[in-house]
Amino acid sequence: MNPLPSSSPSAPARRRWLAAGAALGSTALAGCATPGPSSGPSLGRVVVVGGGFGGAAAARYLRLWGGNVDVTLVERNATFVSCPISNLVVGGYRQIGDVTRGYDTLKAAGVKVVQGEVVAIDPAGRKVRLASGTELAYDRLVLSPGIDFMSEQVGGLSAALDSGRIVHAWKAGPQTVALRNQLTAMPDGGVVAISIPKVPYRCPPGPYERACMIASYLKAHKPKSKLLVLDANPEVQSKKALFERAFADHYKGILEYRPNAEVKEVSGGVAKTDFDDVRADVLNIVPPQRAADIAQRAGVVNMNQRWVGVDWLTMESTAAKGIHVLGDATFPGPGMPKSGHMANQHAKVAAAAIVQLLKGDAVNTTPVVMNTCYSFVTQRDVIHVASVHQYDAADKTFKPVPGSGGVSAAASELEGRYALAWADNIWADMLAA
Amino acid sequence: MKTPLRHGALGAIASALLAASSPTLAQDATLARNLAATCANCHGTNGQARGEMVSLAGRPADQLLTILAGYRSGAIPATIMHQIVKGYTEPQLQLIAGHFAAQKPAR
Repeated sequence: MNPLPSSSPSAPARRRWLAAGAALGSTALAGCATPGPSSGPSLGRVVVVGGGFGGAAAARYLRLWGGNVDVTLVERNATFVSCPISNLVVGGYRQIGDVTRGYDTLKAAGVKVVQGEVVAIDPAGRKVRLASGTELAYDRLVLSPGIDFMSEQVGGLSAALDSGRIVHAWKAGPQTVALRNQLTAMPDGGVVAISIPKVPYRCPPGPYERACMIASYLKAHKPKSKLLVLDANPEVQSKKALFERAFADHYKGILEYRPNAEVKEVSGGVAKTDFDDVRADVLNIVPPQRAADIAQRAGVVNMNQRWVGVDWLTMESTAAKGIHVLGDATFPGPGMPKSGHMANQHAKVAAAAIVQLLKGDAVNTTPVVMNTCYSFVTQRDVIHVASVHQYDAADKTFKPVPGSGGVSAAASELEGRYALAWADNIWADMLAA
Repeated sequence: MKTPLRHGALGAIASALLAASSPTLAQDATLARNLAATCANCHGTNGQARGEMVSLAGRPADQLLTILAGYRSGAIPATIMHQIVKGYTEPQLQLIAGHFAAQKPAR
């Protein structure tokens, strides 16, 4: 019996398969799994959906900590493309290949990597179905779906994104390259506009870092051009004083920051707010966001019809047993950012808990997660924000530790080197590279 | 470097033996592993870092704790570690330092 069928079993076979699971218990069934690098009986089968910062790290740490856990990672893309550092690609200081990594190292660590699209999740039957028809049974599911866009909230945006006239570049990859190409194609003297949605959105400092990278490019190569930063929020949402300093010190006369400027509609090259019609040659709209579609289909979106509530000791969904949800899709604890770094930390909480649960042992009741986000304000100078979050048993959530965390004293080249080293280390950590 | 490294290897064997003999210590070892994993994003898996970041694997626990105390007090200047160290309790830092001390140093 193959616990990870490469194609959907025939109906009688599947009945047998499910019946055996019911009779023996799903963990016992997993005992006949193909042995991985570790010997001994399998602890169980875990399917991980999504190979980003959360999902890849979960798969890697399940193998590292679980020994003989059967781990299958399903990811729609052939390679991982990092959002962090991708703003350097927008600015022209890195190539997309510099922020792209393969999954081979994760395979070598014993993770079965399947390139495919999960189209259905059956929490009661504990299985997922791929677009190819393949079904994967699981004892525990890890869902690290990331975000999808609420493009319908901005008039005309869906069509403009579909046509490629407007890019979001808020999922790294072809969109990142498309934005870079629009910038290089724009004549000097042109106008670029970037629109920032109301919080919460993925990567709080990301839009301001992008603004710096675009302004840096314009300053060096197209100095007669302008960058308008249209922020739906009343002020800069992360590292405020440091970003404002960078805007003033480096990009005066090029970058104009406008608070409370929510883009409501796009039409041709015009972005409309309540106050202005802004005409731009390059319009980079970061749309409002929610947990990705697959989370909706799994039935785990139970917070504000937008995010996934989780039990922070296990990362298990509060809506569906056996489904552990990570990263940007979750309804966060206080002060917890939607970041790749935090998704990696979620993954480790989940991996540790899942190994304990598969063994029938108690889970850790005192987990800690922490976050570090570095942002480039010039091609070399970087600022950070950091926080540490301890689990609070009374309120059943992670809370920032008073007196800990903070931001850089000032932008520095030293932190620029740390930012690049951070990326190398977190990519290696999640991909077992 | 030789003495501390050998120390680290012996420490690993000792903690493995102790972990096997006591459920409490086994739980501590798991907790230490989980806590130390919060550092891996910058300092590498099990403290085996790449590039500019400092490797923690195989460094004596008392040396790590002395440095962390220096970050906490401000005696050792830092860009970020003075902010991060204050998020952890002393017992947590001791578990983290013990875990890294028991790891193989980076290649």
